[in-house]
Amino acid sequence: MSNEANIHGHAEVITHHEVHHDEHHVHHHKETFITKYIFSQDHKTIGKQFLITGIIWAIIGGLFSVLFRLQLGFPEQTFPILETFFGKWAKGGVIQPEFYYALVTIHGTVLVFFVLTAGLSGTFANLLIPLQIGARDMASPFLNMLSYWFFFIASVIMFASLFVHTGPASGGWTVYPPLSALHQAGDGSKIGMDLWLVSMAMFIVSSLLGGLNYIATILNMRTKGMSMTRMPLTMWAILFTAILGVLSFPVLLSGAILLLFDRNLGTSFYLSDIYIAGQILPNEGGSAILFQHLFWFLGHPEVYIILLPAMGMVSEILSVNSRKPIFGYMAMVGSLFAIAILAFLVWAHHMFVTGLNPFLGAFFVLLTLLIAVPSAIKVFNWITTLWRGNIRFTPATLFAIGFVSLFISGGLTGLFLGNSTIDIHLHDTKFVVAHFHIVMGVASMFGMFAGIYHWFPKMFGRFLNHTLGYIHFWVTIIGAYLIFWPMHYEGLAGVPRRYLDLRDWHAFNKFDDLNKMITVVSIIVFAMQLMFVFNFFYSIFKGRKVRTSNPWGSNTLEWTTPINPGHGNWPGEIPEVHRWAYDYGKDGREFIPQTEPVGPNETKEH
Amino acid sequence: MEAVSMQQRKKIHPHKFTLWIAIGSIIMMFAGLTSAYIVKSNQASWQEVKTPQVFWYSTAAILLSSLTIQMALRSFKQREMNRYRQLMAATTILGIVFIAMQWNGFMQLWNSGIQFQGVAGAGQFLYVIFGLHALHVLGGAIALLVMFVKAFFGQTKTYGSTGIEVMATYWHFVDILWIYLFVFFIWIK
Repeated sequence: MSNEANIHGHAEVITHHEVHHDEHHVHHHKETFITKYIFSQDHKTIGKQFLITGIIWAIIGGLFSVLFRLQLGFPEQTFPILETFFGKWAKGGVIQPEFYYALVTIHGTVLVFFVLTAGLSGTFANLLIPLQIGARDMASPFLNMLSYWFFFIASVIMFASLFVHTGPASGGWTVYPPLSALHQAGDGSKIGMDLWLVSMAMFIVSSLLGGLNYIATILNMRTKGMSMTRMPLTMWAILFTAILGVLSFPVLLSGAILLLFDRNLGTSFYLSDIYIAGQILPNEGGSAILFQHLFWFLGHPEVYIILLPAMGMVSEILSVNSRKPIFGYMAMVGSLFAIAILAFLVWAHHMFVTGLNPFLGAFFVLLTLLIAVPSAIKVFNWITTLWRGNIRFTPATLFAIGFVSLFISGGLTGLFLGNSTIDIHLHDTKFVVAHFHIVMGVASMFGMFAGIYHWFPKMFGRFLNHTLGYIHFWVTIIGAYLIFWPMHYEGLAGVPRRYLDLRDWHAFNKFDDLNKMITVVSIIVFAMQLMFVFNFFYSIFKGRKVRTSNPWGSNTLEWTTPINPGHGNWPGEIPEVHRWAYDYGKDGREFIPQTEPVGPNETKEH
Repeated sequence: MEAVSMQQRKKIHPHKFTLWIAIGSIIMMFAGLTSAYIVKSNQASWQEVKTPQVFWYSTAAILLSSLTIQMALRSFKQREMNRYRQLMAATTILGIVFIAMQWNGFMQLWNSGIQFQGVAGAGQFLYVIFGLHALHVLGGAIALLVMFVKAFFGQTKTYGSTGIEVMATYWHFVDILWIYLFVFFIWIK
């Protein structure tokens, strides 16, 4: 796999690059433990920091979902052990309403932002961008380090908010005012909500710093020959993700700032005519819907910020492991672009029942349903990539195929919810919960797992245990469908989301056993994720060692580095690129790395 | 390793490019706020606000500072370091004067009875929007101060103008942003 032989003819293009020059000083300094593992400016280390922080958050967020599932599955039972751990929040072994709402709020916040945004984009953008485009590091390694440490501060604040005596924020992960704006509204609207907002502000700064860097690096620092259309699809996906983040997160910041003013300084941006706790508030002229507009202008792109990196990694992993070029490369790029544009034009479909003008709603229905077109193109291309491929069923491949399956089944229910008329019946029911968990939550988790199994050898120079990987996959995919599929039926029957006890509705009694089953499966699936976490940490130290630099027989540049690359990635010169990333099964060869020049007798088409 | 011989299409320096994306991001934040203003201004019980005179003076200050930083950039490129230092000092001072005048404007409004409590209106938005803008100017002024101190005491190793160019672009941006916000507040009652 040595590409030393392939690097030639560089003499005429020697240009001194200021930024790179600066970075190389760093490399020659003696690295201490602190500069190497803690305040590191190496993109690979920062990626690992994001991943491990994300894993810790995923355990917390997952555990919270198990706790509120206990309540939903077994509302009449008491669990004295909960009182042991959570005291007054689970008095008598029963989860209290305030605790329940705090659990769902933090579960949503943590999974959406800390795990599937920071943990997913943060990890793979940092790890893969310089390695796959052929750069020594990011455009600004220092900003990159700051990006992680702002995320760390956000994490510390959010974690601290779990322990304040009035409890963490509890207004749902969307923190709609007036509930979130008034201290009097409940325990979850007191200091916990302020901490939530400050933590999110830190998080937004983190993702902006990261996003700026990802875009600048991909557009400016590609190696010789790496034109945009030779980039692997992971890079395109991360580029669009970063653009979405840079343009939508500031709007959430605006909304959060106004909310902080309303909460603490008495302004009336979102508040009007409120009578609460025996007093009439002086606030007048505010509009709670305004917050929803600002929130969902971020909130909808956020869905794609979560999903696009997973799509990119799945495209790459499916192509590598079916030993076939990706089907419809330009169509894949085009559909990513279309999704990125549409992401900004559909936010009001989260607000169909807020009194939105139905005429306006019709446009949002149309734009929402249009997303089906690029999505269908992507699904078609993934399936045709697999079609008659010589598929290697590694755990990464399985998770990538699982992603496609979940994306189809979760995407189809999006067509129901995107219709404003059907949404009148389905909004705020379990149907919505089922839809977004499958298409965004579980699917993106599968993309993330696929990425971890696939690039673990690059991160740590060892493999994850594959047997545990197969068990992890099968239990998780069967479990995910068992948990979320029945929720569609519950939602169609009208079971509301966010309610902790449905026993008073006799019509819903028929779902009692179903709810018990869902809870039991949730516990099993959660245990399986703990097994994955064990596999992850065990394999870092004791996993099977990687012996060849390109274990998957992949074309992309990250596999041309040494097995454990240092800061700077390539010990010699940065390799030059001569072809796109998907020459698999061409001219009778299994794969042709990007660094290999195009031969004189090579077939013309990709 | 040291001989970094790779061809990169570096028509634009990565730091400058990063700044342009950051500018796009800041624009989105203010676009969010000003569109919220427009939505709210069409609703019942909206209170208008008369912008104090002092904001016209602060506009003059920030426009002038844009001019001085542009001249500073030019003198840096012409290696007239003394002139460069003077102009950087002038820009920093004008930036601080701008923030002081904004503060003065806020105090005038506050004392005229437009406060946070109670009825929604343009005044509450004015504090938030102009305040956030002033924070961006303050960030720029701190960066200017650092560059200014470096220009006096630091040893200039390279005469690369990227840093000062990035600074100038940002400074012009907060200037234009201010003009937009000011016109916006005068225009849309």
